[in-house]
Amino acid sequence: MPVVEYKVPENIDAAVSMLSNTKLSTKVMAGGTDLIIQSRAQSSDPLVVIDIKRIDSMMTAAIVDGGLHLGPSMSCAQLTARSDIKAIYPGLVEAAYLIGSTQVQGRCSVGGNLCNASPAADTIPALIVNGAECVIHGPKGERTVAAEDFAVGVGRNCMEQGELLTRIQIPAPAAKTSDAYLRFIPRTEMDIAVAGAAVSVTLDADGTCTAARVSIGAVATTALLVTEAADALIGTKLEDAALNAAAAAATAASKPITDRRGTIEFRRHVVGVLTRRAAVIAAQRAKEK
Amino acid sequence: MSEAKQYKYIGTRSIRPDGFDKVTGRANYGADMSLPGMIWGKILRSPHAHAKIKSIDTTKAEALAGVLAIASYNDFPSVADEVVATGEGSSNLLDLANNILAKDKVLYHGHAILAIGARTAAIAEQALGLVEIEYEVLKPVLDVNDAMAADAPVLHDNMFTQGLAETPTKASNIAARQEFKMGDVEAGFAEADLIVERDFYTPTVHQGYIEPHACTARYDADGQSMLWCSTQGHFDVRASTAKLLSLNLNRLKVIASEIGGGFGGKTTVYLEPVALILSKKSGRPVKMIMDRDEVFKASGPGSATRNWVKIGAKKDGTITAMQALLHYEAGAFKGSPVMMGCMTAFTPYAVPNMYVEGYDVVVNKPKVAAYRAPGAPQAEYAAEMVVNEIADKLGIDPIDLRLQNAAKEGTQTIYGPKLKAVGLVECLEAAKNSPQYQEALKENQGRGVAAGFWFNVGGQSSVTLNMNPDGTGTIVEGSPDIGGSRASMQLMAAEELGMPAENLKPIIGDTENVAFSAGTGGSRTTFATGMAVIEAAQDVVRQLKERSAAVWNLTADQIEYAEGETFSGDNRMTVAEICAGAERTGGQITGRGNINARGAGPSFAVHLCDVEVDKDTGKVDVLRYTAVQDAGKAIHPSYVEGQLQGGAVQGIGWALNEEYVYSADGHMENAGFLDYRIPLASDLPMIDAIIVEVPNPFHPFGVRGVGESGIIPPLAATAYAVSQAIGLPITDLPCSPPNVLKVIQDNA
Repeated sequence: MPVVEYKVPENIDAAVSMLSNTKLSTKVMAGGTDLIIQSRAQSSDPLVVIDIKRIDSMMTAAIVDGGLHLGPSMSCAQLTARSDIKAIYPGLVEAAYLIGSTQVQGRCSVGGNLCNASPAADTIPALIVNGAECVIHGPKGERTVAAEDFAVGVGRNCMEQGELLTRIQIPAPAAKTSDAYLRFIPRTEMDIAVAGAAVSVTLDADGTCTAARVSIGAVATTALLVTEAADALIGTKLEDAALNAAAAAATAASKPITDRRGTIEFRRHVVGVLTRRAAVIAAQRAKEK
Repeated sequence: MSEAKQYKYIGTRSIRPDGFDKVTGRANYGADMSLPGMIWGKILRSPHAHAKIKSIDTTKAEALAGVLAIASYNDFPSVADEVVATGEGSSNLLDLANNILAKDKVLYHGHAILAIGARTAAIAEQALGLVEIEYEVLKPVLDVNDAMAADAPVLHDNMFTQGLAETPTKASNIAARQEFKMGDVEAGFAEADLIVERDFYTPTVHQGYIEPHACTARYDADGQSMLWCSTQGHFDVRASTAKLLSLNLNRLKVIASEIGGGFGGKTTVYLEPVALILSKKSGRPVKMIMDRDEVFKASGPGSATRNWVKIGAKKDGTITAMQALLHYEAGAFKGSPVMMGCMTAFTPYAVPNMYVEGYDVVVNKPKVAAYRAPGAPQAEYAAEMVVNEIADKLGIDPIDLRLQNAAKEGTQTIYGPKLKAVGLVECLEAAKNSPQYQEALKENQGRGVAAGFWFNVGGQSSVTLNMNPDGTGTIVEGSPDIGGSRASMQLMAAEELGMPAENLKPIIGDTENVAFSAGTGGSRTTFATGMAVIEAAQDVVRQLKERSAAVWNLTADQIEYAEGETFSGDNRMTVAEICAGAERTGGQITGRGNINARGAGPSFAVHLCDVEVDKDTGKVDVLRYTAVQDAGKAIHPSYVEGQLQGGAVQGIGWALNEEYVYSADGHMENAGFLDYRIPLASDLPMIDAIIVEVPNPFHPFGVRGVGESGIIPPLAATAYAVSQAIGLPITDLPCSPPNVLKVIQDNA
């Protein structure tokens, strides 16, 4: 795809206006770690690129009332360096830390990960279990979509032409709540999840799980919120039976495919293993809070 | 060579002469040559694994502005049905031509059909899309079992199995059968108290060199031509390209660029003849570069194999008989390294009764090329797995069992000669005494031991050593340096001349400024080209003595030479003084070493691998790894260690995750480093390298090649460690998480 126009808006309104008033295929670029590779594909369609890195609010993150307002284009390297954010959402930060390599993390972003809508995106399950909301600006104004509803298919998100993801908002977690994200790859890095699982749990004083969210990735066309797996944890002290039930629920909810990265059987099994392990880590973290 | 010699330069860890260029990015690789007026060539590749080409219409492509030439099979002058040497092996010229540009049938996904030269790479790419080809798609065969089935689609209707008592009259996919035997295996098995036999599978793997194939060609109006390319043997490139294009050798200059890895895969030609055809037709220099996808789909990987091994032993650990049946995929054209598999499988063992039968089978995959000890890792994998199982079942330590049956000087090999001095016993003892072998394992952990044998080769090498008027010298050799060999050449010349290594600059000459030299393959360069360097240095010393004799009015036999000086009585002259005065004593001094080296010493290797297996996911972590190998004499210990470590890492990759993944219709689905998983630095521990030195009596310094043996043991060492960790037998590679998990679940 030859890039015929490269635009650099200074604010969200300008970006939305540029996105709305174009007849050519238009792509928003943050770090470009997915876009640049995709643009090498064999296609002669001209492409307009809108680089939104000059917009301050897209590139920064702030703790607001104990929750997170995350600029979607802030690099994962900047995010993972933020100890204040990591203290609240360690699972989300570890998901961001797993993307690509150190070099790639200097450019890639959580918002880009969301918008690219890969079934294997590492940060999406972590956003889902933390109840993240995606704030979208468009010609008709602002709307908010839950993270689990943002991706609607392989490589497809819920935004219409002219819309821009402008903020990721994560509510303050309840007391004694924490999260964890695990993915399976055959190597140690530089790979794409064969399966992934994020778990958030809230414990009461005696260690009983009072709330939980479970999300699994790379085992369906989009990351899935698995309420059955969460229900298996809620009301228990996360003993083996509960963990096994959550794992089984994750396996049951998964709808993977067989491809060069893994078979259906392998992915279904491993997503259960990851769910169980992530629940144990999240619970340990919640206890330490 | 019984007493250890003291050396001044060899055995030191000097700074490699090519290091600065490489770390600063100044070194010029295959894709780095550009010439005025140059155009770009791109190749149109088959979307099918097996199909007849019914018609090709290039009208629209030719009409595209900027397209300057199209090359197809018909542009080869009449190609003969003869054999040409291509680096580590040989190729039938017709097959080579057919692989470079398909004649009338495509035999694998990615098979080159035609090439277009255009002003820009983008125009060439666009023009490829305008070529119209009509195919008759045929059913592909993707595995030796399918290929050998009675009703299998036949790739070549003129292929009749060679090596049978009677050549069949019906064409098949079995190119050849080979057998090697020694003693009486049936009698040997009858003596055995324990017999273990198993079937093994190893997948198609790629060498994974980081630099893709690339070249720049110029065919001039006066019939002279030039090729710049990334290759392990530019004289071999010249030989096959000149043959294919009917050129005299003196009409084709081939310059070897710096090379970013080869491992055997850069011992043949793919782009080079095509680029020259395009250059001839367009009148322009032509550059061609494969992308990674093309490298995987259409260069030469290593054979997938199905091998059966049966071994018998007495209770005391004496192995009585070893037998194997090997099936190697050759890819689309005959010529897998199955013979090497037959010859190496059991060579680490001194056992009187052996029988090995091997089949070379064609399938709809790219034609295999050499890959580090070609053919040996697959066969020795199967053999070493069974040897380990025998040791376990007999309750004998696997190193002790190997020591008890180890090949040594005088052991009769299955392929003919008796072994000369070799270091297997010393390697086994070093492995047994290594820190790793003393360490206890924990739950879910396992240890594997394996030995490996590779012949190594010698062959022709040519070197000139040009002395400069200031007493420094330039070593011009003809062996591309893929593993730090220039540093070794420098050290060997320095030792011989008794002068500092940095005073001697080693360079790789092109095919016009040094005489024929065989390619860098078969672990031959430090051994054979090293001998040529030593000879050239000795020739220089001889001339230095003659010149001194002339000055002092003596005869050459009255002159001594040491530490960069000639002397006789009170007379003394430095090399610099002699060279400065050469003008007056007969002209400048050039040493020559043109040899056909014999006496390459085999290098045995013994590896230890400790792994931990995550039994819930099948994931294997290598915890610790020791690679022991006989180097004869390590000229530059750092690069010897590098070879041991590099071989181990490639072999671990082969054992754990590497494999070509094909769809049912024969499309390669993982043609990139994301999904063809070679190990990352973070995947592996530092490989402990232990150099054993049992001198090769046929080399002045005792050198044995070390480039290849190190890739042989890791397959069995790693896979056996996995089987120990999970308590279940492993037979099929790779030990990827889905495969290991399946073994665990199937046995739950």
